[in-house]
Amino acid sequence: MTTSTEKPLTGNIRPDGSVLDLPTYEQAGGYQAIRKVLKGGMTPKTVTAEVKNANLRGRGGAGFPTGLKWSFVPLGKDVPNPTYMVINADEMEPGTFKDRFLLERNPHQLIEGAIIAGFAIEADIAYIFLRGEYTLAAERLSRAIAEAYERHYLGKDILGSGYSLELHLHLSGGRYICGDETALMNALEGKRANPRAKPPFPVVVGLFGKPTVVNNVETISCVPPIINNGAEWFRGLSRTKDGGTKLYGVSGKVKRPGLWELPMGTTAREVLEEHAGGMRDRLKFRGLLPGGSSTPFIVEEHLDIPMDFTEMPKAGSRLGTGTMIVLDDHTCPVGMAWNMTKFFARESCGFCTPCWSGLGWAERILRSIEDGQGKPGDLDKLASQADMWGPGKTFCALAPGAADPLQTAMKYFGADFERHIAEHRCPWR
Amino acid sequence: MLTMEEIHEIESEAAHYPKREAVSIDALKIVQKHRGWVSDESLRDIAEHIGMSPTDLDSIATFYNLIYRRPVGRHVISVCDSVSCWIMGCEQIREHLQQRLGVGLGETTADKRFTLLPTVCLGCCDHAPALMVDGDLHTNLDPLKIDAELENYK
Repeated sequence: MTTSTEKPLTGNIRPDGSVLDLPTYEQAGGYQAIRKVLKGGMTPKTVTAEVKNANLRGRGGAGFPTGLKWSFVPLGKDVPNPTYMVINADEMEPGTFKDRFLLERNPHQLIEGAIIAGFAIEADIAYIFLRGEYTLAAERLSRAIAEAYERHYLGKDILGSGYSLELHLHLSGGRYICGDETALMNALEGKRANPRAKPPFPVVVGLFGKPTVVNNVETISCVPPIINNGAEWFRGLSRTKDGGTKLYGVSGKVKRPGLWELPMGTTAREVLEEHAGGMRDRLKFRGLLPGGSSTPFIVEEHLDIPMDFTEMPKAGSRLGTGTMIVLDDHTCPVGMAWNMTKFFARESCGFCTPCWSGLGWAERILRSIEDGQGKPGDLDKLASQADMWGPGKTFCALAPGAADPLQTAMKYFGADFERHIAEHRCPWR
Repeated sequence: MLTMEEIHEIESEAAHYPKREAVSIDALKIVQKHRGWVSDESLRDIAEHIGMSPTDLDSIATFYNLIYRRPVGRHVISVCDSVSCWIMGCEQIREHLQQRLGVGLGETTADKRFTLLPTVCLGCCDHAPALMVDGDLHTNLDPLKIDAELENYK
């Protein structure tokens, strides 16, 4: 892009909430990256190498290196056709509102990124898997896809390059578990969205049994600027080893909740105080979930750690989606833990026992504690339940994601849990 | 019987997938868009049209939150009850709606005007609390604002 080199994702986005349409996107340098890739002599391997070199890590929350993922896809004539490129736009992680912004305001950058990613893995067909509730995004994406077809950025023999890609928009039937890439593939196949066993990994045996890459919206939106400006430039945007910028968000009782594109590795304190304006008057900060409701709480002492995929584990947490949820001193931490556990229990796909049985049990215990009916021993039960949801004990990441905020809530706000039980009431009500 | 329009819409979606069953979720949503919900009869018709057993299709229909296997009102209110909205007071929003409409979650008003449902995070947490009515998002809510905005749904 010609402008907005410091904010490659949002720099061209209009502040009035309207969509960056095709002419404006092109004027700002849009669709130059696919020309560089398709007409400038790049190969799938050189595109993948550039993205790998940029240290772009998956923005859906797991932080897997994007170029590395692409490099696992088998290339060449002997690969069973078709290969699929899937964009995960199923943003349903509570507290997360970043992909909506890109989908509604800058859909062409996502489409351009999907074409480049598709080329890199020699994909024939691409899908954007969009959550059904994102109606405005659906409308704007549909239009943008049609515009891209009209301009021969999609379809057969794109810009006379010999590369062809079909792109379809799928609107989800709605279920949190669809955000898991293997569950998402089952949903796209018209099945119940139960996660699949890995291995085999989707890059080899994925959608309809064919090689498939699933990448998040923000991840793919980073790709055109990487191609235009180079891997070194992208790495330079970041304050840490993970490349690029990041969409950081804040919700909860702060002065100015919102979303900002900032250098990767910006600290939580900076986002919270400089951008979100700090806590509302008379409220004190108690803790936050750094990136959606399946990331572990961090507290005051962790606020100066750079928020990226590499550094956050040092605070016992994860970057996740980078959209933080703030707990203040007028909000009950037990109630918050109950709310999140109830969410996970409701959205469990029902496949494995620790998840469908354990989450519901924990939800009932938390509810009874919040209602003043908690009993001595309840906290031990909660701890042992959460332990049974840990990584490797369940089929997918849903239950581990439920364990993390609960375990850390009990760790940092344990006295509040005990007070509920001792006083037979919620002190916040 | 599926209408010609429904069949046409289902077939145009089916063309995007290499296997016919893959269109099942789209087909359920298309029929629901026209009829408001998916009755047993609709379910059997869709299943027959795409070549699946009704039981298999029902296991899919009941899995997904946005597919209604019971009749709903003319408008569906989906109240976000995820964590950011909870911090910002979605419980009061829900209680207000229940009181005003005289229904619980999952229920429809006697005049068939509104069905009230809970929903997962709507992805506008910086404008919490939020809800959707049909496909429209409503944010930064308080009881007075809700009352005013619901007037637009007859």
